[in-house]
Amino acid sequence: MSTPNGNGRVITMGQAIKEALAEELRRDPTVYVMGEDVAEAGTAFKVLKGLVDEFGPERVIDSPISEPGITGLGVGAAMTGMRPVVDIMFGDFSTLIMDQMVNQAAKIHYMSGGKLKVPMVLRTTMGATRRSAAQHSQSLHAWFSHVPGIKVVIPSTPYDAKGLLKSAIRDENPVVFFEDKMMYQLKGEVPEEEYIIPLGVADVKREGTDVTIVATSSMVQVSLAAADKLAEIGISAEIVDPRCTFPLDKDTLINSAKKTSRVIVVDEGYERYGVTAELASVIADGAFYYLDAPVKRMGAMDVPIPFSPVLEDLTVPTPDTVFEMAKALCGAN
Amino acid sequence: MAKAKSSKPAGKGAGKPAGKPAGKEDVEDLLQMYEQMVRIREFEDKVNELYTSAKMPGLAHLYIGEEAIAVGVCEALNSDDYITSTHRGHGHCIAKGAAVDIMFAELLGKAAGYCGGKGGSMHIADQANGNLGANAIVGGSAGIAAGAAFSAKRLGTGQVAVCFFGEGALGQGLLYETMNMAQLWKLPVIFVCENNMYNEYTHYNETAAGTLAGRAEAFGIHTEEIDGQDIRVVNEAAKRLVERARKGEGPSFLICNTYRYHGHHVGDIDRAYYRPKEEELEWQQRDPITILADWIIGQKLSDQSVLDHIQADVRSEVARGAEFALNAPYPDPSEVDTNVYA
Ligand SMILES: Cc1ncc(C[n+]2csc(CCOP(=O)(O)OP(=O)(O)O)c2C)c(N)n1
Ligand SMILES: [Mg+2]
Repeated sequence: MSTPNGNGRVITMGQAIKEALAEELRRDPTVYVMGEDVAEAGTAFKVLKGLVDEFGPERVIDSPISEPGITGLGVGAAMTGMRPVVDIMFGDFSTLIMDQMVNQAAKIHYMSGGKLKVPMVLRTTMGATRRSAAQHSQSLHAWFSHVPGIKVVIPSTPYDAKGLLKSAIRDENPVVFFEDKMMYQLKGEVPEEEYIIPLGVADVKREGTDVTIVATSSMVQVSLAAADKLAEIGISAEIVDPRCTFPLDKDTLINSAKKTSRVIVVDEGYERYGVTAELASVIADGAFYYLDAPVKRMGAMDVPIPFSPVLEDLTVPTPDTVFEMAKALCGAN
Repeated sequence: MAKAKSSKPAGKGAGKPAGKPAGKEDVEDLLQMYEQMVRIREFEDKVNELYTSAKMPGLAHLYIGEEAIAVGVCEALNSDDYITSTHRGHGHCIAKGAAVDIMFAELLGKAAGYCGGKGGSMHIADQANGNLGANAIVGGSAGIAAGAAFSAKRLGTGQVAVCFFGEGALGQGLLYETMNMAQLWKLPVIFVCENNMYNEYTHYNETAAGTLAGRAEAFGIHTEEIDGQDIRVVNEAAKRLVERARKGEGPSFLICNTYRYHGHHVGDIDRAYYRPKEEELEWQQRDPITILADWIIGQKLSDQSVLDHIQADVRSEVARGAEFALNAPYPDPSEVDTNVYA
């Protein structure tokens, strides 16, 4: 477990992300941040508030509401010596930038026979239950994970967010970094000293012996809460966070599955054709002879996210639903 | 984003309404427009109250200050004409004929709402009144409005479509693709740009190069820029453009200079870092409701007691509407996966 053994300094996920950006902006003059209302407003979520004061509007740049434009500009700048961090306010707006990401950024290195590269980061958000309705609540990380040439980071703690974002900025490839907007206030320990976390290394968030719960982003927090409840009825759950959907640390997932023999995969993207399907298949393949039951999947319900709170809350996994699934999988009652 | 310089509230656009004395019918029209603007104002004040008292889930983008545009344009339309709306859509929705109680129900996520609670503030659609929906994607409805105009033309219905959007949407490429086709094919669509000067927290001077009018003019689209605070100016312009569209003369672009009094959304309270307080106060001196009231009284078309009466009626209608919505039931959980497919 890479849980920080730091000095007890506790900050929020939002602060961790801002710190990572500030450190990389300080370290490398080719890094810049561009997006709608990223400067004075510090993004719609106020996460970058103050960044422009240190680095100025030349490096923390407010853009028009032109998502394909700022993404394309990022691709071109990345190809020619810059390290852009493009901010797409809501992950739902991924739909607008898909050509630039999928047909351009993802393919340029390969198509050029390795001559060109696109070292850019696209930061965007995910996560429902904010009462923001169907066009501001989706978790679309599976879309990018599907495309060869793109890396996808999906952190669950302030510590991971900071270390992974720094790696993402230093990476030579396009990296999409998904922040759950409901987790910006989540607190966690983050050491003062600099550190990075390599992309593609999973982290065991809690050790256990009876069932493995592979979870991503805010679903890690949901699963940890479920694990507490499971412990009360004598079920020991292991929580594994892949931290990236690509590169994917298959070994850590498979080894945990071999250890516990039962696996649930929990992710906030749509369940069908989603991240849970891929992870379940990797685990089923790698741990087949060790499994006592089919790998179970829990994703967002396959519906546009409804506005009404009573409906929206039904669409995502919760500590209770994960608990029930794990209990059933372990044959407890 | 530098702090915005205070901009003059006096609408840049010309378009003085004709000074002719109003006839009886005009007076009724004016009072109707007055009532609709007051309805929007009262509705929005109540929305803000529901938000601040934690009775409304999520956020809402208030239209207060911009009422003359929605009402001035929609009063020039028939009820079967189409509109598409934005994240700041309550005004358009009311102006096109929606009922406030059903709107409140939607904002509170109740089953009785226009969308059964599934849409919320940013997605109210009122198909019976030609409102094809608010849209939470900036510029996202440009194609939809043009598509509605395309249908009207193909089906020969004589309907027109109005696409409302903020000046922030001028950053979106889709708008220009759509304008090009609308002009090529002479579609009966009116692009109404509500220029309240801010894209969220950034002044439009920092996001739009060149002139706003020049964008549509480049396609040869008939363009007018007007004072969006004076409903008589807005309404006359809208009538002109609707008539052009119905006659087959094609699309037009109407820029209405305006201001939102409140924050970008109800939670945007501390605004001094992006727009000066003096600017806010200055614009409130040109309040669309007051401007029309002053005209009505000044021209002796009606008297203050009539206006007061309208206001009182609307206020109690809004209070009843909110009460209805607060007491209305939430949708049944089984609704969660209905309507995914038709
Ligand atoms: C494609 C897209 N990008 C960004 C946003 C986030 N956003 C919501 S409203 C807004 C500003 C819109 O400004 P404008 O079009 O002028 O409308 P106003 O809010 O001033 O009425 C932004 C950036 C969005 N909803 N859709
Ligand atoms: Mg605006």
